[in-house]
Amino acid sequence: MAESTYREAVRSALREEMLRDPQMILLGESITGYGGSYAVTRGLVDEFGPQRVMETPIAEAGIVGFAVGAAMGGLRPVAELMTVNFALLALDQIVNSAAKFHYMFGGQWSVPMVVRTVSGFGQLGPTHSQTFEGWFASVPGLKVVMPSTPADAKGLLLSAIRDPDPVIFIEHSLLYSTRGPMPDDPAQLVPIGRAKRVREGTDVTVVAYSRMLLQALQAAETLEREDGCSCEVIDLRTLRPVDYPTVAASVRRTHRVVLCGEDWRSGGFGAALLAELQDLCFDDLDAPIARVAMPDVPLPYARNLEQALVPSSDQVVQAVRSVL
Amino acid sequence: MVLIRHFEEHAAEAYAQAKVGGFLHLYIGEEAVAVGALAAARPTDPLLTHYRDHGYALARGCDPVSCMAELFGRASGLSGGHGGSMHLADRSRQFWGGHAIVGSHIPIGTGMAYAAKYQQRDDVVLEFFGDGATGNGIFHEGLNMAALWKVPVVFICENNLYGMGATLAEESPVKDMVIRAEGYTMPARQCDGMDLLSVYQTVKAACAHARAGHGPFFVECITYRFRGHSMADPELYRDKEEVRRWRALDPIPRFGQLLIAHRICTEQELTAIGEEVEAEMLEVVAAADAAPLPDPATVSDLIYANPIDPARLAAGPEAVAGPIRPAVAVAGE
Repeated sequence: MAESTYREAVRSALREEMLRDPQMILLGESITGYGGSYAVTRGLVDEFGPQRVMETPIAEAGIVGFAVGAAMGGLRPVAELMTVNFALLALDQIVNSAAKFHYMFGGQWSVPMVVRTVSGFGQLGPTHSQTFEGWFASVPGLKVVMPSTPADAKGLLLSAIRDPDPVIFIEHSLLYSTRGPMPDDPAQLVPIGRAKRVREGTDVTVVAYSRMLLQALQAAETLEREDGCSCEVIDLRTLRPVDYPTVAASVRRTHRVVLCGEDWRSGGFGAALLAELQDLCFDDLDAPIARVAMPDVPLPYARNLEQALVPSSDQVVQAVRSVL
Repeated sequence: MVLIRHFEEHAAEAYAQAKVGGFLHLYIGEEAVAVGALAAARPTDPLLTHYRDHGYALARGCDPVSCMAELFGRASGLSGGHGGSMHLADRSRQFWGGHAIVGSHIPIGTGMAYAAKYQQRDDVVLEFFGDGATGNGIFHEGLNMAALWKVPVVFICENNLYGMGATLAEESPVKDMVIRAEGYTMPARQCDGMDLLSVYQTVKAACAHARAGHGPFFVECITYRFRGHSMADPELYRDKEEVRRWRALDPIPRFGQLLIAHRICTEQELTAIGEEVEAEMLEVVAAADAAPLPDPATVSDLIYANPIDPARLAAGPEAVAGPIRPAVAVAGE
C-alpha cells in the first residue's frame, strides 16, 4: 500500500482535480513562487500557470469574496487562507456571502467553493495559535471538514471541491509531515458527513478529529496497556454536518464518551457536541460526558506555558479514567 | 423610472400598513442611475447591487409582482420569501443580488468578472454601491484585485451624499469618489446621477472600455435620495431646504421635459404613462397580497444545494476499511 504525507495528500488532491476540471482555480497569499506558507501548493503554478494558480494581495476578505464570485461565475475556486487566525478577516464573506446565497436567494444558485485553511500552534503566540472550527460549524449553509490522516485529507478535499456548497476545509500545521497509507485508487472520494471508527473498543467511546485523533489513539494504546481498558476511537472528520448516528451507535455499546478537541472549552465545538450528544444519548450514558479541550486562555509564546495548555494524549488518558 | 417611482410609493404605503416588514430602503430620486446604467449595458451583463435594490430589479425587467411579493414575504417572491427587500435576485436576468453588508459584493463582482474573462465570455459585470461603501476595507480589496487582474467590471458609485446618516464630509476625506479609483490606476468618470442621459453615456463608455479588455472602469453618479435612508429614518441629519433643492432636479420630469422638447412625446402621453403605471401598480399590490405565504414545512429546504444526511450515510457500509494504520509523524520536518 502506497504511503503519503498529509501535505503531499492535500497537494495531490489539488493537482489531480486541477487536471480533471479545467474550471478549477487556486488563489491565496504567497501560493505561487513561495509555494504556500506550508508548502502545500509548491510547483503548482509552474504546471498550471498564473491564470489558475493566482497570487493574491494580502486581503483575506477580498480573497474569499473573489472566490465566491468566481464560483458564481462558473469556476471552482479553492481559496487558501494562510491560517485560520487570518480567516477572521474573511468571516463576513464566509458567513454572510458563501453560506447565505443559496438559501437567501431562494435556491437560484449555490457557491461551490472551498476555503482551505490551517489550525495549529508551536510557539506562535496568541494571535497565531487559535482554532475556530466551532464558529464555522455553527453556521447553517457551511460544511466543515477537518481531516486527520493523509488518506482522508485527500479523499475529503476531492469531495469538498466537487461539492456544490461552500466547504471550510481546515488542515493542521502539525499534521503536514505525518505519513499514512493511501488507498489503491488515487481518485477515491471520502464522503463529507461520515465519521470513521478508527479503533474498535468496548469500554468507552473517544471522539476526536484533526490532530487530537492522534492523541486519542495514543491514549487508547496507553489505556489498553496500563488499565486493560478497551477504547473505541471515532474520527469525526466532518464537523458540519456531524455524523451523530455513528457516534450514538458507539455510545450505545460503550455507555461512556470522551470528546477531544483543541478549541476553547467554553463555547467551543466540543461544548456544542456535548450538548447534542447529551440529548441523543442520555439514556445510554453511565457517566457524565467528559471533555478534553483548550483551557480558556490565549495560547502564550513561552514553550513551557504553551505545553501546559495544549490538549495532550495524557489528558485524554485522564479524561477516560474519570468516566470509567 | 416611472414604474420604479410608483412601485416604491406603493411599497412605502404597504410598509405603513405592515404588509412589508423589516427594513425598506427607497430608491426614490435615484432612478436615473439604475435605468440609465442598465440601458447602457447588455441585458446579459451580470449585475450586483447594494440593498437599495428595487430600482435595479425593475430596470432589469424583473416581474414587478414577484418583486412586491418578495417584499410581502411570499413564496412566489423573487427570492422565495427568504431574502426580503434588501435581497432581491433573479438569476435568469443575470441579477445576482441585492447585498446588504455594505461593500461585501464588491470583490464578489470582481470574482464574477474574472470568471467571465477566464471563460472568454465578453460580459461586463456591473457593480453598484453607495458612497458609504468606499469607507469599508472590502471596497478597496475588491478594486485592488480588479485593477491587478484587469477584469471586465464597471464599478458604479451612487454618491447620494450620505452614508445612512453620515454626511459625505463626515465619512470621507475626499469629496469626489472618482479620486478613490486613482490609487488603483483605474480610469474614472463623474456624471450627473439626476440626468438619465448623463448616466447612460458615461456607463456606455465605461462598458465599452471594460468589454474591450482594458480592465475595470469607475463611474461616480452624483445623486440624491428624496426619502429617508429607510422608512425608519426621521432625517434629523439634513435640512428640508436641501431636500427641496434636490427634488427640483427630479430625474423623471427632467427627462420628460427633454422628451417633450425633442418632440419624442407629448405632455399628455407622459401623463398617460403615469396613469397606466399607477393602474398596473394597483394590480401588482393586489397580486402580491393574494400570493401564498411560504410553507413552514419548507423552512429548512435550500440551506444546501447538496444536503447531506449523516443518518443515511451511516446506514451504509462501515466506514472502517482495511487495516487501521494511524498517521505517524515524520522526524526532521
